Amino acid sequence: MLKRSLLAAVAVGTLMAAGAAQADTVKIGYIDPLSGAFANVGDSGKRHFEFFAEKINANGGLNGDMIEIVAFDNKINPKESLIQLQKAIDEGISIVVQGNGSSIASAIIDAVNKHNRRNPDEPVLFLNYAAVDPAFTNDRCSFWHFRFDADADMKMEALTDWLATREDLGKVYIIGQDYSFGKAVQAAANRMLAAKSPEKEIVGDELHPLGKVKDFSPYIAKIKASDADVVITGNWGTDMTLLVKAASDAGLDVPILTYYGGGLGTPTAMGDTALGRVMQITEWHENVEDLGLEPLMDEFEAEHEIDFYYYRVRNLMNMLQKAAEKAGSVEPAALAHALEGMEHETEVGTITMRADNHQLIQPLYLSTFSDDVARDVENTGYGFKTDYRIEGPATSTETSCEMKRPS
Amino acid sequence: MEVIVFSALNGLLYGLLLFMLSSGLTLIFSMMGVLNFAHASFYMIGAYVAFTLSSGIGFWPALFLAPVIVGLIGALVERYGLRKVHSHGHVAELLFTFGLAYLIEEAVKLIWGKLPVPYGVPDSLDWAIFTLFDTTYPAFRVFMMVVASLMFVGLWLLLKKTRAGLMIQAALTHPQMVGHLGHNVPLIFMLVFGIGCGLAGLAGVIGGALLVTEPAMAFTLGPIVFVVVVVGGMGSLTGAFVASLLIGLLQTFAIAVDASLADLAALIGFQVDPKGELTGITLAQIAPMLPFILLVLILIFRPRGLMGARES
Amino acid sequence: MTNTSSLRALLPWLAALLLLALLPSIFPSRTAFSVMNAIGIQLVFALSYNMLLGQGGMLSFGHAVYFGLGGYGAMHVMGLIEAGSLDFPVFGLPLVGFAVGLIAGAVIGWPSCRRSGVPFAMISLGIGELVAAAGFMFVSLFGGEEGISGDRMVGPETFGLSLGPIGEVYWFIAFWAFVATFAMWAFTKTPLGRLSNAVRDNDQRAQYIGFDPQRVRYLVFIISGGFAGLAGGMSAVNYEILTPETFSALVSGAVLIMAFIGGIGTFYGPILGATLIVIMQSLLSDYTEAWQFYIGILFMVIVMFAPGGLAGLVERVRLAIKRRELLEVAPGWALGVGSAMAMTLGMIILVELVFRWRERSDPMELLGVALNHGEVFPWLLAVVLLALGTYGLRGAPQRWGRLLRGEAP
Repeated sequence: MLKRSLLAAVAVGTLMAAGAAQADTVKIGYIDPLSGAFANVGDSGKRHFEFFAEKINANGGLNGDMIEIVAFDNKINPKESLIQLQKAIDEGISIVVQGNGSSIASAIIDAVNKHNRRNPDEPVLFLNYAAVDPAFTNDRCSFWHFRFDADADMKMEALTDWLATREDLGKVYIIGQDYSFGKAVQAAANRMLAAKSPEKEIVGDELHPLGKVKDFSPYIAKIKASDADVVITGNWGTDMTLLVKAASDAGLDVPILTYYGGGLGTPTAMGDTALGRVMQITEWHENVEDLGLEPLMDEFEAEHEIDFYYYRVRNLMNMLQKAAEKAGSVEPAALAHALEGMEHETEVGTITMRADNHQLIQPLYLSTFSDDVARDVENTGYGFKTDYRIEGPATSTETSCEMKRPS
Repeated sequence: MEVIVFSALNGLLYGLLLFMLSSGLTLIFSMMGVLNFAHASFYMIGAYVAFTLSSGIGFWPALFLAPVIVGLIGALVERYGLRKVHSHGHVAELLFTFGLAYLIEEAVKLIWGKLPVPYGVPDSLDWAIFTLFDTTYPAFRVFMMVVASLMFVGLWLLLKKTRAGLMIQAALTHPQMVGHLGHNVPLIFMLVFGIGCGLAGLAGVIGGALLVTEPAMAFTLGPIVFVVVVVGGMGSLTGAFVASLLIGLLQTFAIAVDASLADLAALIGFQVDPKGELTGITLAQIAPMLPFILLVLILIFRPRGLMGARES
Repeated sequence: MTNTSSLRALLPWLAALLLLALLPSIFPSRTAFSVMNAIGIQLVFALSYNMLLGQGGMLSFGHAVYFGLGGYGAMHVMGLIEAGSLDFPVFGLPLVGFAVGLIAGAVIGWPSCRRSGVPFAMISLGIGELVAAAGFMFVSLFGGEEGISGDRMVGPETFGLSLGPIGEVYWFIAFWAFVATFAMWAFTKTPLGRLSNAVRDNDQRAQYIGFDPQRVRYLVFIISGGFAGLAGGMSAVNYEILTPETFSALVSGAVLIMAFIGGIGTFYGPILGATLIVIMQSLLSDYTEAWQFYIGILFMVIVMFAPGGLAGLVERVRLAIKRRELLEVAPGWALGVGSAMAMTLGMIILVELVFRWRERSDPMELLGVALNHGEVFPWLLAVVLLALGTYGLRGAPQRWGRLLRGEAP
């Protein structure tokens, strides 16, 4: 992929030296992995941002200013992300977007807060499109951070709402990776199940080291022995795939509720072993309903040859455009004020950016991996099929956020 | 009962998979004294080559062809790479294979992309061979056990009953003598390295289908293979076999045990917080780390390993 | 030692000081500061690693453990300063890292230094894996996936530096990088430093003259752990965040690569390696996705053809100047360098073409010329350059050398 050619970089350098007064472009810094094991995920996000930047530019841009997406490779490493953030600020960028990895988002939130405190004249706004640690909109909430994906707790609210409707699924087994996210999922599942359906029995609650298990058969044997009716897991990547493969091998035919069953590469690796078994909770998937988005998806997929995945990037960009219009400016503080409490009409309904903690409230969908779908993922012939839609307000959680706004 | 039977079965399977992976490494080490850091990378190449071949000519031809191709690649690496650094000593060789592992991963990403490839169990082996306690057991897993056992028997016969094997045995204890006897040592080295890599490739053909075929598969399996070879005793085939099974069973049975430090303390009469961060850790939780604890302990207290002939 | 020779020994240090003082005026941007700070941290880390590998002959695959533990130690102390329960300047935090690194080295080194060679390497690998796994498991100590973060603008100021802007952090990094480098250099001149070389070269002989090699290795290991911890402490202040990834095998592998590419045979080699690798990692990634591939190739080339690393090449030039034979060898070298450059260029074009063909992305641009992977010419160019380079490196030098000396080719 072309990032920037040497010449372009030199040109940018001279332009900046000559006085960075060119006001007709607004640069958005995209900080995500573009090399290494997660490069494809980062590349997919980048293509979505570029696609919608073009759409907005064709539609008048941000108050007439054209958006340019500038990509920075953070190698999915927190320290490297901070170096790339400094580079972005050097290029005069005041809006950054990032999504992959809560550890990265955490580092960026922290760095942006400090930067804005230490350099009040050149603040930076951080729009998070995928990092789901609930802390970002609770204890660690920041005026400069907005999240456009539902957080892990909200998704668990949705999962447990659905579980409460299924009386036949009485025994629940929770398994996850032994680190912050896996533990957060474990805690949320325990808490919400106890509150919503106390009659359900948690027959297993298990953690395993992150990315170290090669064969999940022993875990599946345990799940089988516990007689569980449903499995909840926060696993992603290989840990997710291997779990599903082992379940299929042992004939474990219970639903596996996941966060990342549709993560890039996972459907390919799981293949038919996941059919009818893997369910995922997301804000959107390609077979949601007949919403008239087909032409848009077709256009994206024809142009980029990858699946259309980040509907929320569209929401993010459209809301950004709207905020710029409302504020009459692209200055970060003005944009942040305009985004607070903003309501936005979309194909899936009205979505709202909460003013009290900067979390987007949107409907969520629970779907099952199936071979009976109109649009497949990763050319597997399989895709996700909606089982249940949870309305936005039902996913909303209490927040412990005490927002500090700059005076 | 159910748990014990399945733990034993799964432990056996995992152990045999580890043995398939480590047998080639042991062979290379016993003959050449090279601890091949890139061994798991050849396993990865095996899986990817088998994936490509099996989509063209089917699984069964790929099962035989892919290890040969990987073996050839291994022989080329030895001839044009490893041999050059041989004179700089074992540390240089280790560094060479370290860099090689890095480069192979990048090359694999370049050729096959960074996402997992859809390489799975072939249809001809995708059926349940028996059902026990309401749990099915797939035929492919049994097939894998058979292949691994054949590998062990075949290698054992090769080492103990053939001339070439005797030479390798001799090289274990008297590396220089073999050369003095007039054998073409460089050619033997190239063959041994090629065969060792080929064995890793064979493990890849099967392991890739059983697990996931993706660019990080070598990185995640690399360290555990070393554990097997070191624990078994560097250069000992039987040692590697025993160590593989030991680690497989140890890890699998540990997963079945939910007892934590707090439970242990309670057993001997102490009361500690059962949900504490340290005291709440269960054996099941740390099961996949047990091999590394074993590695460190073995190296400190019995550096020859279980059945090794020499320390390094 | 006469006055002139001691003066000569000091000369590089004065030059380094001057360079450190001038760098901020030459590269005043935030980007430059963050890259220079990263280099400062990594060069201390790489030098501490080379204390083991280059000077002590101990190959470690788990050096990130000491870097990480030192960093976490410093980070926790920074938290205490922020909470007001400790009055300690943030500027001095690398000393905390040093202390933690020393302790960690003393504890972990005690069992592992009883072995040398390959068993030592394997122990370091095993311990590295264990600590990396523990890093994710003990959330209260290591902060889980998101790690722990702090604020460096707390506690008493030192040298009038608030440490807020990154430009001020530069002086902090420069100070400690210089002090640590000097200390590690001084260590090589101590009896223990000399002994570690003796143990590396032949530990039996060292034993015959009355020194316990195990003890020497252990002491070197502890000190090396201390300096790795110091680098970790620098990192804690610079990034104000530490995550368990710091313990990962990737970090341990990276420091090995840095030290080796720079050259483990000379004291300053790892400095060159750290500088080059950090620049490649943070700036090269703007231009190419294949930067990791290039680092891998570079590493292999060094292992196979230049075991002395970059510093080894520098030393060869220096030796030639000293022996006044630079003019004689220059033509051959020029040809060699030219061929190597042709080869490198050919390889880069080839790799970029493959990468872009694979990712279906925009064509590469080299010196203003677009090289489209859909056309034949760029591929041909790459192959021709590679062939020319190979010819130059393999066959031509001798023949040309003979020609230049007026002999029959």
